[in-house]
Amino acid sequence: MKLKKQAISLDSLDWNILEALQENAKQTYTEIGRRFGVAHSTVYDRIRRMEENGVIKKYTTVVDLKKIGVKYITAIMTVFTDPKESENVAKKLSEAKEVLEVSTSLSEELLIIAKVVAKDQDKLHSFIAQKVAPLPGVLRIRTSIITRKYKEEEFLIERR
Amino acid sequence: MPSSVTRILRKLSRENAFYFFTSIGNYTGENATSLEEFVNKVREVNLKSLEFHLYRGDFEKWVAEVLEDGELTEEIKRLKNLKPVGDALRGQLYLIVSKRFEKLKSEFRG
Repeated sequence: MKLKKQAISLDSLDWNILEALQENAKQTYTEIGRRFGVAHSTVYDRIRRMEENGVIKKYTTVVDLKKIGVKYITAIMTVFTDPKESENVAKKLSEAKEVLEVSTSLSEELLIIAKVVAKDQDKLHSFIAQKVAPLPGVLRIRTSIITRKYKEEEFLIERR
Repeated sequence: MPSSVTRILRKLSRENAFYFFTSIGNYTGENATSLEEFVNKVREVNLKSLEFHLYRGDFEKWVAEVLEDGELTEEIKRLKNLKPVGDALRGQLYLIVSKRFEKLKSEFRG
């Protein structure tokens, strides 16, 4: 693994390991090593280095909240902002626990797109009315509540 | 002049302003940072926004909790019970809030 200016260059074994971990992060070093014909200690070293370099950001658990009876709604909120304030608005949104993702997009106007969760519609509205609308630079807000989700995956890396 | 008049007519912070939405999470970009601004906005904002907030009880809640105007709160509640819609809603709400504002303003001037 070589460090370039900013991007970190990975060799084919690193890519293989990442691919394997994205499929199942609970695999043992031995299982991964066996799959790619290397020792488990090699897998351990490679994973540790990728963790230290921030290539592997975290390991997490995807919980199906509906199965354990937790009710919530998800919404996509589009915030139209004054371009001078958009950075601050995006930062403030990123700090809120109700906001899961924040991105910016430049079409005809500068937009901030955020994924928001709340227990119900009232809580969602209160959050937007009390915490988002008052932020300096917010011009208007469009919110769509997600009623049905067909697919949700993380971007999977492919071998180069 | 009672201090309650000054309180009701005061200029509010962004956090305490009234923000006009047309439905859950859809902010029009219009807000009011005083009773005076609120009166003017009632004349201008999308009718859908007035209907949305009146029937959710948002107007009476803001007037009661932020402006702390009990009299206006009761008048808005009474209007809600009459279930007006469309232009009638705008006209009646405007009448109530503008009358109240003018009364408070004249009390303020003494």
